[in-house]
Amino acid sequence: MNVVVCMRQVPDLVEELEINDAGNDLNREYLKYVVNEFDEWALEQALLLKEAHGGTVTAIGLDLPEMDNALFTALAKGADAAKKIEGDFANGVSSHTAAKLFAGALQAMPYDLILTGVQSAEDLDGQVGVLLATYLGLPHVTVVTGVEVSGIQATVRKEYAGGMMSEFTVSLPAVLGIQAAKQAPRYAPVSKVRAMMKEKKIEGLSSSDGAASSGIKVRRMFKPEGGQRAEMIEGDADAIAERVVSILKERGLVK
Amino acid sequence: MDVLVYIEHLNGKIADVSFELLGKGRELANALGGKLDAALIDANSDLATQLGSADHVVCAVDASFAQFSPMAYKNALAAMVKERAPRVVLIGNTSMGMDLAAGVSAATGIPLIAYANHIAVRDGAVVATAMVYGGKLFAEAEPEGEQVIISALAGSFSADAGKGEGAPIVEIFAAPTGGAGTQFKQLIQPEAADVDITKQDILVSVGRGIQNADNLEVVQELADALGGALSASRPVVDNGWLPKARQVGKSGVSVKPKLYFAVGISGAPEHIEGMKDAATIIAINSDPNAPIFEVADYGIAADLFDIVPALTERIKSG
Repeated sequence: MNVVVCMRQVPDLVEELEINDAGNDLNREYLKYVVNEFDEWALEQALLLKEAHGGTVTAIGLDLPEMDNALFTALAKGADAAKKIEGDFANGVSSHTAAKLFAGALQAMPYDLILTGVQSAEDLDGQVGVLLATYLGLPHVTVVTGVEVSGIQATVRKEYAGGMMSEFTVSLPAVLGIQAAKQAPRYAPVSKVRAMMKEKKIEGLSSSDGAASSGIKVRRMFKPEGGQRAEMIEGDADAIAERVVSILKERGLVK
Repeated sequence: MDVLVYIEHLNGKIADVSFELLGKGRELANALGGKLDAALIDANSDLATQLGSADHVVCAVDASFAQFSPMAYKNALAAMVKERAPRVVLIGNTSMGMDLAAGVSAATGIPLIAYANHIAVRDGAVVATAMVYGGKLFAEAEPEGEQVIISALAGSFSADAGKGEGAPIVEIFAAPTGGAGTQFKQLIQPEAADVDITKQDILVSVGRGIQNADNLEVVQELADALGGALSASRPVVDNGWLPKARQVGKSGVSVKPKLYFAVGISGAPEHIEGMKDAATIIAINSDPNAPIFEVADYGIAADLFDIVPALTERIKSG
């Protein structure tokens, strides 16, 4: 079985995010990118399926900063091949555009199952997995936390609210949006990633023509504003503890 | 100029978010001078009687629609949207809604604005504000053309506003049927909870900042000192550090304790939706820009491993 994992670099939310001069997007010049965390779970799910059933795992990404490192890491974790869709993505990539780019690349590749993260930090125009499936005319299920494959079918579990799940039989090939796998994403030692950089190559793919735009325009991007923000408690640990306990006492929450 | 609201249901119960969207949908339909329609996909049209606030209930009825299935429902809703050409389609940004909103957008070519928590008509344009980058930023967006699909975060609008009395016209829509690749098998009930976190007065809730399962002891001691229970955000549960029944938020439960102590939780929209109605919220996070501080009453921007033990000691000493 051939599993393809679509991975996308997104801004690192741990860093301070600055707005551009036009006020309608991030200032992307010095932005630090990381792999979308849910795409890491999708890769883990793919590697677990390979361990259970054999076959191959191919990781495919968009040419955004740090993508090479993410793809070599995927190889170090056990992926068999890595491909990168090349293009000028300096102004960011909408989900609709990313889905069209992945769809274009996948048309020339063999696959039985396509996995990607359930969502990402840059999903203003929706989530890539379901868009990709619909562009390719394939079945999709998203918010998936369990995948079993048997022949040309998969049995998947989709998470609802309150811990309820729904189980579906899905005809392959299909696209699944992965929320979590049975185990947390595995770790690849830096030495192994470095070895992959020497041993393996990332295959470059040219972008398909006419990639769809999102069809939406951002009027304004801004940080949360308004008077509801928390009152910040400052000081050393003991002073903070003192203040918190007095608040809890005032509100009758501790005796 | 009509507004179409997708009615989400499970086991014969309509989701609150659908009533929230009917309320918001009525406001938008009035501003646009159009009708408010509800889209119901089900084995029968029984639930239409609960949709009194809509002008029309458009029903795709087939035995195969008894349970949600991503492909069958998406194909039915996409066909409905193509035929009726509403100006605005409103869908909850829920687990089911995520298969539908993006799916219908790609199938119809109508743009999608996701994660919306504010929607208004301004100078004739439909403008939605979405929470992006884990809730750290808001984006105010509009479609380039006339039509738009908006998936909204649960809890953003009043559900009462969508529960009006009325006698909507029920129309049967001949939707495509057939599994189309995804077949419903069964619902799996949640595992039994050791502690029902929805019934606790005090919750100490722990997030990714706790780093590993061994560190949970630090927050458990705070919960014990406060006489409360431990709950968690999604990453803690996905990593298997606490059971699913302890998860607060979109794929967990919604809680309204007297005190919600958020420890090492950044405050993604999916989490906020499950705890914003707590009476008192105190948050500790090392990132002073964490969105959790937008909903908390009190915030502490510091290392939880410094603050939590000091606080536990202080509470114990009375």
